Amino acid sequence: MIELEGLTKRYGEKVAVNNLTFTVRPGIVTGFLGPNGAGKSTTMRMLLGLDNPTAGDVRIDGKRYAQLKDPLKYIGALLDAKAMHGGRSAFNHLLCLAQSNGIPRARVHEVLDTVGLTAVARKKAKGFSLGMGQRLGIAGALLGDPEILMFDEPVNGLDPEGIHWIRNLMKSLASQGRTVFVSSHLMSEMALTADHLVVIGQGRLLADMSMADFIRQNSRSYVRLRSPQRERLLDVLHQAGITVVEAGNGTLEVDGTGAERVGELAAQHQLVLHELSPQQASLEEAFMQLTAESVEYHAHADHQGPGDAAPGRAPSGGPPPGQRPGQGWGSGWQQPRKGD
Amino acid sequence: MAATQVLRSEWTKIRSVSSTIWTLGLAAVVTIALGLLISILSKNDYDNLSREDKITFDPTFISFAGMSLGQLAMIVFGVLVVSNEYSTGMIRTSLAAVPQRATFLFSKIAVATVLAFVVGLATSFISFFVGQAMLGEYKAQIGDPGVLRAVIGGGLYMTLIAMFSMGVAAMLRSPMLSLGILMPFFFLISNILGNVSATKKVGRFLPDQAGSKIMQVKTPFDDDTPYGPWGGLGIMVAWTAVAVIGGYVLLKKRDA
Repeated sequence: MIELEGLTKRYGEKVAVNNLTFTVRPGIVTGFLGPNGAGKSTTMRMLLGLDNPTAGDVRIDGKRYAQLKDPLKYIGALLDAKAMHGGRSAFNHLLCLAQSNGIPRARVHEVLDTVGLTAVARKKAKGFSLGMGQRLGIAGALLGDPEILMFDEPVNGLDPEGIHWIRNLMKSLASQGRTVFVSSHLMSEMALTADHLVVIGQGRLLADMSMADFIRQNSRSYVRLRSPQRERLLDVLHQAGITVVEAGNGTLEVDGTGAERVGELAAQHQLVLHELSPQQASLEEAFMQLTAESVEYHAHADHQGPGDAAPGRAPSGGPPPGQRPGQGWGSGWQQPRKGD
Repeated sequence: MAATQVLRSEWTKIRSVSSTIWTLGLAAVVTIALGLLISILSKNDYDNLSREDKITFDPTFISFAGMSLGQLAMIVFGVLVVSNEYSTGMIRTSLAAVPQRATFLFSKIAVATVLAFVVGLATSFISFFVGQAMLGEYKAQIGDPGVLRAVIGGGLYMTLIAMFSMGVAAMLRSPMLSLGILMPFFFLISNILGNVSATKKVGRFLPDQAGSKIMQVKTPFDDDTPYGPWGGLGIMVAWTAVAVIGGYVLLKKRDA
């Protein structure tokens, strides 16, 4: 279990991590998601006691990192693949880590075997590909057989086979009851591995919820419509109490109503439809929307926020994410004005 | 966190990189070879010396002449032992494994210092005996007054140079920056400051100028140095302590 309490890191004026409070629980894979520069790595470094927080606190199983006796037995971390001396062999790299935490030498052979590096154990790490370096880093994380594992962007630089391997590894570690905390800037990757999501943007917590909830809340399904009789269609839908959003290029989007009902309404009023299609916004788009807005608020504080600028939008949608999928961020709040 | 675990780990680290062998090997070979050469030259040149210079002729000190160059390899050793951690990114892995930064740094320095002492002492003894063999009739005996002190002192001098470099590297982190400051300082600047009369009084309190006093058996005529051999070594120890403590203080509060 990892507990963050109001964790904050400031570099001069710039706030890299802003008052983060969340808990990473055992038995599941927790995805730590945010665009590049969101503060993920800084947060992870503070977790390991490498960087000192400006404010707030991190606890590993209730203790500060520096209070852990033989910390590799509590928490294993892959920070970046090349955080090792290239002139040292894979075996010696792991051996010096093992010795510092009183881990027996036999365990080094075990983890080398687990990550598939036994054949190159005596080779210098500088000759390793990025993928092999990543595997060696993971071997280091597994060394102390820890209950908590933390991986910073583990799939970076891995080939498809390696990606598949690491996904399964994380899932199996979590299924053994361990705490698995993995960062990524790719929602698609997280959707495949994580059970729980923590999303940050600009160092602030944007979401902390289960993957299922995130999908439910953010993968907006809607119906896309195109019609040569656009004005009449809008009237008809409006009279039926259905909220319509103009999506540009003459297409309309209907939230919260099935394609069947929209199609029947159009038929009743003898309207021609050129398109009537149910759509699902991807999680990637939902994630971009979610994180882009945190950027948007900072960059254009004098503008209206997206919520204010889109009166035609269904308020039932709840949180802002997923309101306008399929478009570049920043365009969402401007376009409805033209149409209204 | 048992310190013995960390010491063992640091020993594995230091013996598993080739720079250790290269730098220490070079320090020994250069010191011995240059000492040999200068001993031969000094013997051949003895007859041309003035009367005073003949009286203060110091065969022990002459056999250590190679240290002026050999110490540079010792500096590289000391710098690389510490700054390798930073230049490779290993420091984050290391501090995650050993979050007690005092234990981490002092174990590293302890292991490297013991190694530097063993190599330095061996180098010093070999330099002495090789040098004396070349000096022939002018040679000193190991049993002569002050000679054994000077030979052991030579080993201590090399050890302290390496240790001082470790402290500086812990403060500066970058190997290029550390070497860029230490190499010209010890090879040129310190010598210039110590030999120009205007700066001599300050120059002789620099770590290498003060520390090398321990290798002298006979004092030159016009020498008015206000400290003896052990006093000089003490000044060097003080410099080293300041560098190491400075390195620790910065490591302690800095983000890795």
